[in-house]
Amino acid sequence: MANFVEMTIAKAINAGLRKAMTENDKILLFGEDIAELGGVFRVTEGLHKEFGQNRVFNTPIAEAGIVGTAVGLAMRGYRSVVEIQFDGFIFPAFNQITTQLAKMQNRSEGATTMPVVIRVPYGGGIGAVEHHSESPEAYFAHTAGLRVISPSNPNDAYWMIQQAIASSDPVMFFEPKRRYWQKGPVNLDEPPAGMHTARVLREGNDVTIATYGPMVTTAMQAAEIAAEEGHSLEVIDLRSMSPIDFTTIVNSVKKTGRLVVAAEASNFVSVSSEVAARVHELAFYHLEAPVLRVGGFDVPYPAAKLEEIFLPDADRILEAVDRALAY
Amino acid sequence: MVQLLSPEGEYSVAPQYAEYAKLVQELSEADFLKFYRDMARIRRFDFEANALQRQGQLGLWIPAIGQEAAQIGSGYAVGHNDHIFPSYREHGVAITHGIDLMSILKMLRGVNHGGWNPDETRFHLYAIVLGTQTLHAAGYAMGVKFDGKTGTGNLADDQAVITYVGDGATAEGEVSEAMLFAANHQAPLVFFVQNNQWAISSPTHSQTRVPLFQRGAGFGVPGIRVDGNDVLACYAVTKKHMDEARGGNGPFLIEALTYRIGAHTSSDDPTKYRSSEEVEYWKARDPLTRLEKFLRRQGIGQDFFDEVAQAGEQLSEEIRSATFALQNPPAQNMFKYVYSEQHPLIEEQLAWLEAYESSFGDQSHLTVADPSQIPNIGSVH
Repeated sequence: MANFVEMTIAKAINAGLRKAMTENDKILLFGEDIAELGGVFRVTEGLHKEFGQNRVFNTPIAEAGIVGTAVGLAMRGYRSVVEIQFDGFIFPAFNQITTQLAKMQNRSEGATTMPVVIRVPYGGGIGAVEHHSESPEAYFAHTAGLRVISPSNPNDAYWMIQQAIASSDPVMFFEPKRRYWQKGPVNLDEPPAGMHTARVLREGNDVTIATYGPMVTTAMQAAEIAAEEGHSLEVIDLRSMSPIDFTTIVNSVKKTGRLVVAAEASNFVSVSSEVAARVHELAFYHLEAPVLRVGGFDVPYPAAKLEEIFLPDADRILEAVDRALAY
Repeated sequence: MVQLLSPEGEYSVAPQYAEYAKLVQELSEADFLKFYRDMARIRRFDFEANALQRQGQLGLWIPAIGQEAAQIGSGYAVGHNDHIFPSYREHGVAITHGIDLMSILKMLRGVNHGGWNPDETRFHLYAIVLGTQTLHAAGYAMGVKFDGKTGTGNLADDQAVITYVGDGATAEGEVSEAMLFAANHQAPLVFFVQNNQWAISSPTHSQTRVPLFQRGAGFGVPGIRVDGNDVLACYAVTKKHMDEARGGNGPFLIEALTYRIGAHTSSDDPTKYRSSEEVEYWKARDPLTRLEKFLRRQGIGQDFFDEVAQAGEQLSEEIRSATFALQNPPAQNMFKYVYSEQHPLIEEQLAWLEAYESSFGDQSHLTVADPSQIPNIGSVH
């Protein structure tokens, strides 16, 4: 009998970190305000007290320093899980992530692995000031050498953070910050799937919705509404933006013939664009309509009072569903 | 500025630098000869590599001529337990820790991006993006501290880390962050700044209002300036401060004042931005000539210098023939090391390339001679 516990996404990440750290004393946590405070979202709450200053520590407000020292610590045999406080603050570390962390194993022809996890609370919907609501995942998905994943629910959060830590490659771990307090059951005994496996969360026959992170909840809402209107939507949680599990998407498209890709990120040159392009290549003869994308507009993330208009909601997904069905 | 050898090769010790001189007194004549051999060797290598670049054998050459004392002196002061995070001009430091010179040439020919094993050599890969390596060094040194391998009082077992950075790269924000992190953790890290006075075309005085050895003060990283063309001073200063870092005293910054006699790289034209008088001034302070004068004062005869010159001729020939024998790497290499674990996109693209290339039969780019058959040249091991 599996051992299920109800918890929030934030608590599930916390529990996953605790479990990993208990099992391997080479795992370090560091970042801005993550020690006594537990991070601005309290994801690391209690871990400083439990594992001590040598394993859980605050850093200066220096994102390049956070990632750059994680690279050096990886060379020393440590596995660092670092927190970037907000999505929009990751760019001072962009150099270290893309030119060093992502390339070190390739540069060293396999001699040096980079088991580093970069945790990034991302996405909008929390009424924040500028730089606190962004979805920068495409920059990292575009960079060879990185793995990019995002849990959408507590069970995935609990397991995927542990899988990310266990990986010998660098993993960008995007946490859907507006869903941090969303509750759900966590199976403490058995992981749901590997971290790069997409999952069908709801089966349907008319249109497939492929999405990830904070938009999974939105897509599930859209599927509920569509069902009332007589349309059966299949919802896929990609879970991984690099690599992308195209097999699961294509299998679904073979059944439904229609695909809508939804994300908070702007559509132009996005993960959604990649899904659309590849599905056209892989399943052209199964498609009854072009793959449509529902995303943020191609503008800077707007001021908080406009974000509800910027962010795709269930209605925007359903508008795309209607267009797909109209072909 | 710490100086123990005058440009004329006279050994003299100012009273305030007696603690450094003590470390030189622990050296034997054999050590002095080793310094000279390696300085001459790396200079000869530099000339040969430059010629190979001009002949189209290398994509780029990054000369270090003029910086041999700073590199050989500091390199030999680094212990065999310590780790080194170089920039991209540290060919001299490389040979003091067993790096095969051909692996440097392979990289600059474009055979690979690195080419030696940093775990085995403790000499980490060249960092092309300026200053990035200083943060890796800071992280590594933090790890040494976490492992309890510093300040135990056992100097043979304790470890320290050294990172090399140029005057130009000190402007990178990441170098400041590295000083901050290292100081906050009191990590055993020495920043060895080779001030060769030119960041491509920008002179040092245009980059900093405060001398570089003072750069770390605000971060809690004390510093000192050493004559970077004086191999004995570079050895002694590095040795002392590496030992202190190892002993738990935290980070330190050494500014070695030297001069880049050559171009920034083979793509550069220094005649456009500096005078020949300036270059001549520094040639008169050449580190290799200075050590030669010292050794002759010590009674070292012409036979030794002839022997070194002969070894240089031999190295040149070996380098040339090994470079001509270099094969292109197999195309699979670009897929092989991107991830350490399975990745479907990489596998798919490699499979595609193999199928595509096989359609060319004998002309396929995927069948080349085994690059591991290339002889190793210039390793001190």
